[in-house]
Amino acid sequence: MRVKSDGTGVDIANVKMSMNPFDEIAVEEAVRLKEKGVATEVIAVSCGVQQCQETLRTAMAIGADRAILVQCDDELQPLAVAKLLKALVDKEQPGLVLLGKQAIDDDCNQTGQMLAALADLPQATFASKVEVADGFANVTREVDGGLETLKVKLPAVVTTDLRLNEPRYVTLPNIMKAKKKQMDVLKPADLGVDVKSHLKTLKVSEPPKRGAGVKVADVSALVAKLKTEAKVI
Amino acid sequence: MAEINALVIAEHDNAGVRPATLNTVTAAKQLGGAVTVLIAGSGAAGAAKAAAAIDGVAKVLHADADIFAHGLAENVAAQVLALASGYSHFLFAATASGKNISPRVAAKLDVGQISDITKVISPDTFERPIYAGNAIATVQSLDALKVITVRTTGFDPAPATGGSATVETVQSVGDSGKASFVGAEIAKNDRPELTSAKIIVSGGRALGSSDKFNEVLTPLADKLGAALGASRAAVDAGYAPNDWQVGQTGKIVAPQLYVAIGISGAIQHLAGMKDSKVIVAINKDEEAPIFSVADYGLVQDLFTAVPELVKSL
Repeated sequence: MRVKSDGTGVDIANVKMSMNPFDEIAVEEAVRLKEKGVATEVIAVSCGVQQCQETLRTAMAIGADRAILVQCDDELQPLAVAKLLKALVDKEQPGLVLLGKQAIDDDCNQTGQMLAALADLPQATFASKVEVADGFANVTREVDGGLETLKVKLPAVVTTDLRLNEPRYVTLPNIMKAKKKQMDVLKPADLGVDVKSHLKTLKVSEPPKRGAGVKVADVSALVAKLKTEAKVI
Repeated sequence: MAEINALVIAEHDNAGVRPATLNTVTAAKQLGGAVTVLIAGSGAAGAAKAAAAIDGVAKVLHADADIFAHGLAENVAAQVLALASGYSHFLFAATASGKNISPRVAAKLDVGQISDITKVISPDTFERPIYAGNAIATVQSLDALKVITVRTTGFDPAPATGGSATVETVQSVGDSGKASFVGAEIAKNDRPELTSAKIIVSGGRALGSSDKFNEVLTPLADKLGAALGASRAAVDAGYAPNDWQVGQTGKIVAPQLYVAIGISGAIQHLAGMKDSKVIVAINKDEEAPIFSVADYGLVQDLFTAVPELVKSL
């Protein structure tokens, strides 16, 4: 990943695109809920360019039953994605919506919470454990200082943290099966959603470089440096 | 531009405000308008008083009700929205709590959120790191109202004393009824909070086990009065609890001194600590990427170096 020299963005021309790891965990969790008999159907959803179809095929190879792509070539910001998902929630009426907690490019960490607000649903973000029973989900969340458990009424929005599960490896037979599963492609206009930008990127620049310092010979040299040069101890 | 009027949604433990609130107030002050702090809590008069004493705070709004006892996003967001009229900027610390609540507020106001700002350029333009801090984006909000999360390491804490704001009690909203608190496992110890600690001792996979992690690092952290942190590899291996993880998807820290022990220095980890003032790396692999950001590198086996370091402090 390199910042473009003209400062307009980052060069991702040769970067391999794949499913965001947090989203992969979300798909895995949904499939496990189906395998446990808690969920009856798993729908994988993505909003973005046509290539997202490949990502959705991966989700179906993990075990999602069908997929919906809201295809859009323009940049989609979190609020726009949340509005698209809200429209799909209205349409599909899921009992539980699972999302990754954040993207690993823009690191926004917004979409799930925005969806929950727009759909007027409870939320449990940064989940490390999800248990569904009797119309509620007990969700253990990773918070500053430890863990907390919330009980949310379904339907609800849950966003996944790293240690919720370890996604399975997709097998070739499942990849083949995924090719035959249903994928619907919609446009934002089909859902009546305005996907305008709320944030404009004026410039992308390199962060200040932190140079390597010195190697010290031994522990006493290190202590001396910290005391007399850095003055931090 | 319309008048600037900032509302900082405080992070607090009812008795006082958490350090992240002080950094968020600094960001709010840089917008150039008045700064109001909201304390939504349960029995939170102490926190309201503490907020009123923060330098630069003009007013404190205090909403007190049982429904705020556990900071449920549905309830706190509803409280913010109930008070939203008249404010141009809504600022949250980019902590687990702030990140949980702020997007709800933004979505309900139909505005985009500006996440994790590290610099205020103007009241509508900010810098924020992207791609694990490998690039800095300058972004301009196109909305009239701005909902912002503040990366605390980007702003100095506002002085906790010197202010004399008025405290206004406001009516609390009702319970959303959609979520309830079941319980929490918050480790209690005397160490400073990871995100506000002056010194952090952080361990990686080279520690080899949970027992060794504690046995080797605890004496050093005790000696330095430091918080303990860990790399993602160490947390994944079960050597340290999840909330100790420093990195892109864990906590972002910038202490005066960061001591990385047995940490190789994956980009993911560097994203969480490279703004530390002084970085020390102890690793027996002299090619480890951590040395490329360390001010002082010691190429030595950590199992001999760390006990020796403890003795010489």
